[in-house]
Amino acid sequence: MTDAWAALDAFLRTDPADVGCDRAIQVLHIYVDLVVEGRDPASRYPGVAAHLAACGPCGEDFRGLLAAVTENP
Amino acid sequence: METSEQQAPTLDAVSAEWISALSGDGNERAAGLARLHDLLVRVATRELRRRETLSGIGGPELDDLAHQAAADAMLAILAKLHTFRGESRFTTWACRFVILEVSGKLGRHYWRQHPAASLDSEDWEQLPARFGIDPGGHAEYAEMIAALRVAINETLTAHQRRLFVAVVLNEVPLDSVVARLGVNRNAVYKAVFDARRKIRAFLVANGYLQERRREP
Repeated sequence: MTDAWAALDAFLRTDPADVGCDRAIQVLHIYVDLVVEGRDPASRYPGVAAHLAACGPCGEDFRGLLAAVTENP
Repeated sequence: METSEQQAPTLDAVSAEWISALSGDGNERAAGLARLHDLLVRVATRELRRRETLSGIGGPELDDLAHQAAADAMLAILAKLHTFRGESRFTTWACRFVILEVSGKLGRHYWRQHPAASLDSEDWEQLPARFGIDPGGHAEYAEMIAALRVAINETLTAHQRRLFVAVVLNEVPLDSVVARLGVNRNAVYKAVFDARRKIRAFLVANGYLQERRREP
């Protein structure tokens, strides 16, 4: 496979574990606190971890919430 | 398996103090509301600044949006205060509301900055570039566009096609599509997710891509 087709393939691949935006947002505060506490949220919420890695807006909300609670403890 | 807490956890002392203040009355509640509002404005402002490069919003407009986001988040938090179960710190739970408000407001604001942006135009020649592929550098560019167009025509529903075109081909931010169509974020994400999966399955079935390699 050439680089072009490989790039297309990488874009089109989806993770069946991905739980979607609704579930990710529902537990985002819990997930972020686990990160802050130095625990491993991806092991407790693997589908949320998969989603945050794939969804731009939810990933941005995750980074924003993490920054907010880190800077405003 | 992903589960929520099976039992309501005990509130930490700081969270309990927040709940007590916001559930109380008189001066204690007024002080709690003022403290919460200050926190939300501060978080909204920092979040808008963090996204300033992408949003292009700064100065008084940013401050105005931050206050709007904080006010809307405040209403949502107070309406849902009884649902807080202590699964996280109260401040993390509360800040989530204002972060989501910021995202929603930026999604709506996009249309003020890009009034001519289209959800529906279908300039397929642009599609490979959306995957980071330089059209000048690849002889198979035309073949790829043709294969994608057949996959899209033959496998996607009208709904999936419309949202795939909006988000992927026209690069309209997902939250802006949400704002324009009045749907929720998950509905748009799921349609594009399903479109990607179906297009890929078609390209695998027709020999353009290889089947997913399974880990041993």
